[in-house]
Amino acid sequence: MAQSPAARIAVNGVTYEFDGDVRRSLLDFLRRDLGLTGTKKGCDHGQCGACTVMVNGRRINSCLSLAVMHDGDEVTTIEGLGAADNLSALQKAFVSHDGFQCGYCTPGQICSAAAMMEEIREGWPSFASEDVAGRVHLDDEEIRERMSGNLCRCGAYANILTAIKEVMESGAKP
Amino acid sequence: MKAFDYARATDLSDAIGASGCLIAGGTNLLDLMKLEVETPSALVDITRIGLNEIVPEGDGLRIGALVTNAACAADPAVRRGWPLLSRAILAGASPQLRNKATTAGNLCQRTRCSYFMDNRSACNKRQPGSGCAAIGGINRNHAILGTSDACIATYPGDMAVALAALGAQVEIEGPGGTRHIPVADFHRLPGEDPSRDNVLEVGEVITAVLLPAPVEARQIYRKVRDRASYAFALVSVAAVLRMQDGAIAQAKLAFGGVAHKPWIDPRVDSLLVGETPSKALFDKAADLLLEGAEGQGGNDFKIPLARRTLAAVLAEATAE
Ligand SMILES: Cc1cc2nc3c(=O)[nH]c(=O)nc-3n(C[C@H](O)[C@H](O)[C@H](O)COP(=O)(O)OP(=O)(O)OC[C@H]3O[C@@H](n4cnc5c(N)ncnc54)[C@H](O)[C@@H]3O)c2cc1C
Ligand code: SF4
Ligand code: FES
Ligand code: FES
Repeated sequence: MAQSPAARIAVNGVTYEFDGDVRRSLLDFLRRDLGLTGTKKGCDHGQCGACTVMVNGRRINSCLSLAVMHDGDEVTTIEGLGAADNLSALQKAFVSHDGFQCGYCTPGQICSAAAMMEEIREGWPSFASEDVAGRVHLDDEEIRERMSGNLCRCGAYANILTAIKEVMESGAKP
Repeated sequence: MKAFDYARATDLSDAIGASGCLIAGGTNLLDLMKLEVETPSALVDITRIGLNEIVPEGDGLRIGALVTNAACAADPAVRRGWPLLSRAILAGASPQLRNKATTAGNLCQRTRCSYFMDNRSACNKRQPGSGCAAIGGINRNHAILGTSDACIATYPGDMAVALAALGAQVEIEGPGGTRHIPVADFHRLPGEDPSRDNVLEVGEVITAVLLPAPVEARQIYRKVRDRASYAFALVSVAAVLRMQDGAIAQAKLAFGGVAHKPWIDPRVDSLLVGETPSKALFDKAADLLLEGAEGQGGNDFKIPLARRTLAAVLAEATAE
């Protein structure tokens, strides 16, 4: 057993050594230690999805995870998906369809949607799927269920759905 | 959050008998540590010890303790043979949480009783002997079956309700060896000692969940909750039911959101077998199930809700 080990964590392609307070969440590590403030803290209890990032390609709530537990992991945040002068397809679609109002939930929505597209590509079912053993028939209800881990206090859901659908239908990289 | 020592287990032997509290996905434990409801002085990270595969075992399946809820629900063998399990997992939490939540962590998740989660309230589960603020308090989420004067909390999970209906077993390794417990017997009723949610002893580790051979039957999971997604069950029903020549040939039911454990009543299963489905039969089944049910005020609605949810599930499971 390794007592108080450090962790090497790759974030958006850059590897960092973490040997700070073991209580630090991955979210606080990203925001406070690395200054990557795109990822937002909403509830800090797994209830809102504002803190969604991808770890090894899968979306998680970074608030309910300890930084020290991510040794060897590759983390992708909103900053890793695109930048103001180089927006990703989802970022562009959120802008063009007004997929936000205050924007607080948006980084989480976009990271979540990007990972969701990969889950769909791999044929993962959802609670909205008619037959969990069958193929996924993508409709609005499926996307809503699969995005239900991201709350939007401004209620921009209709436009978020439109933005995500546009990117999915275009086949573009999220 | 209170300070703790952190250690990373490299294999199962580090975890068995470990003096610290095990952490897997952390989605329940860290939530409670932030609230200082849980204050372990040491954490043992078990996410690097393996046990993260689903493999055939006999005609059934072995689901490793560290398999994530997302991976289990998406597993092709699970979806084909035990779709009830996939569906129950997919009914719970959110995609993000299911990517971290593990099979064993899900089984061991603690109640969502709001007094349990609030250190200022009396709670026999959190602080034995302090009383139960939910009795006579806000108890909309609480149990209607198998409660005690000490605690009326529910076990909140979905996955275990499906596993109970499917007759799955929990594999547990401890300093003294390996034991197997039916999922239906893994969680306890609160009785005099609500501080213990389940039968795990100190130093024991869950290593797997074992599914028996799949049954050719309709498998249904119905969950009633306050919003369409991302909410705990008020009442849920898992059913494994087979029809033959217009009669019910086999029935195994389990109920979530109603008790301190996934609730099984073999009398209800027996009552259904051999009978032709009818509204009268479904009523009789509900009468038997709810014969000892007791509301606490806020949760009185769960009694008619359980009755109606059961009837809806039975109608769906027995439809031509
Ligand atoms: C907002 C929110 C909504 C949710 N909604 C639902 C829902 O609708 N339905 C539902 O079912 N669940 C729901 N959950 C709960 C979620 O499913 C659990 O938090 C999760 O399954 C716990 O798994 P984990 O691996 O993260 O456990 P951890 O938090 O790591 O551990 C939980 C407990 O299990 C113990 N443990 C872990 N692994 C082992 C092992 N191998 N052997 C022995 N003990 C072990 C730990 O010591 C700890 O006490 C929700 C959670 C949140 C935060
Ligand atoms: S119902 Fe149980 S968990 Fe809730 S306050 Fe009472 S003793 Fe605590
Ligand atoms: S901040 Fe993590 S889910 Fe709300
Ligand atoms: S845009 Fe304001 S919370 Fe979603």
